[in-house]
Amino acid sequence: MMEAFASAFGLMLAGDAELLGIVGLSLRVSLSAVFFASLLALPVGAAVALFRFPGRGAVVVLLNALMGLPPVVAGLIVYLLLSRVGPLGELGLLFTPSAMVIVQSLLIFPIVAALTRQIVSDLWEEYRDQLISLGAGRLRAIPTLLWDGRYRLITALLAGFGRAVAEVGAVLIVGGNIAGVTRVMTTAIALETNKGNLSLALALGTILMTLTLLVNGLAYGLGEFSRRRYGG
Amino acid sequence: MGMARTLPLVLEGVTFARDGQTLLGPIDLTLGEAGRTVLVGPNGAGKSLLLRLCHGLLAPSRGRIVCGELGTPLQAAVRRRQALVFQQPVMLRRSVLANVRYALQRQGVRRRDSRQQAQVALERVGLGALAGRSARVLSGGEQQRLALARAWVLRPEVLFLDEPTSALDPATTQAVEHAIRQFDEHGTRIVMVTHNLGQARRLADECLFLAGGRLVERGPAARVLTRPASPEAARFLAAEQGIEPVVGPPSSTAKGVAS
Repeated sequence: MMEAFASAFGLMLAGDAELLGIVGLSLRVSLSAVFFASLLALPVGAAVALFRFPGRGAVVVLLNALMGLPPVVAGLIVYLLLSRVGPLGELGLLFTPSAMVIVQSLLIFPIVAALTRQIVSDLWEEYRDQLISLGAGRLRAIPTLLWDGRYRLITALLAGFGRAVAEVGAVLIVGGNIAGVTRVMTTAIALETNKGNLSLALALGTILMTLTLLVNGLAYGLGEFSRRRYGG
Repeated sequence: MGMARTLPLVLEGVTFARDGQTLLGPIDLTLGEAGRTVLVGPNGAGKSLLLRLCHGLLAPSRGRIVCGELGTPLQAAVRRRQALVFQQPVMLRRSVLANVRYALQRQGVRRRDSRQQAQVALERVGLGALAGRSARVLSGGEQQRLALARAWVLRPEVLFLDEPTSALDPATTQAVEHAIRQFDEHGTRIVMVTHNLGQARRLADECLFLAGGRLVERGPAARVLTRPASPEAARFLAAEQGIEPVVGPPSSTAKGVAS
């Protein structure tokens, strides 16, 4: 076991090409997924917070429920959409990093949208009369509230990133864990553990844990900064 | 051609109810084009509700509110010609300067122009040196002055103030009252809620006395605040002064036009 740890740190210190390739792809895929999911999730979450429409309650429940969407189910849905006989089969995206971005976006979207809804709803409760008095209706309030909730929203984005980068089932189904093409940290850890190559698995696990700690540290730090500078 | 004025503000049989309980009204009231009107009354009288109705933050349950000689319904376009300073103004999570610029930009002022106008408004209320500071860490008095600066840049026809000095020390109260007088000097119609009868006497031309959701008395402040015609106002003033209530001659009505 100690040998495996020593070998793992050796790989990290030496900047092993395979290791760096896997880590790089993981970050590219997960950051892209956070970006694309947020483009839709931020305005959708804000709109659900601010507007009253038939079925709004059901949308809120659905968003909250989908925060716990099992990754393998998301993977299966995207697999069916992108498979050769699926409606988007002609795009030829299955077993590519793009497919992994799509499935991770699907997993991140409800997290970011649901947290955005809560954050914007709380802010609207506080700002409503003042904003209306200053001439900003609900539609014009959306960018205002997203900006004023920026530090808490970044925490929501980090939560989405944490979910995406640590997820294994969905990317395995739609990415196929192809070496040098779709192999990311989680799928590589699963594979290398099965193969008995513990040093690479441990090195990747250590990097993944470090990333998770960094993300949580960043979220905590932003929350503290916001509290000190803006009183919450 | 200038825009039509939004004054007088006319309330016709305005009632506000929630959960089947009438909280205010019915009230018939006309707020004329000039002057300083102070709303006085015990807690729960409906003073703040009346301000919010006049500013369009709440819709009447019954009756209507119309504006100007043309009788325009109270809507967003009218509200943009008014400003309301809250008892506890909400500061955006931005700098002091950005809070004022935000108000200007909502009025359609270009970003480039808004910076200078906002800075001038801050200088006027003595906050010029704090322009870059986060608005939410200012003291209560500074936040209230910032709220007045934010209202000032809107050049409102009507300024509503909801107990703007309730939590301030005497010196800051004096500064806020000075700012309110400046609004008045520039032709802004002042409508203010206060529990501070000394402040009402200092600032008001006209006094409206509310109790139990009804407008029970109105008249010149000098008269209402010394010789009230209604027993409700007399009791309220007596309690404030620690004396027996004295009701004066019934020389006023609770309806009519305020100058």
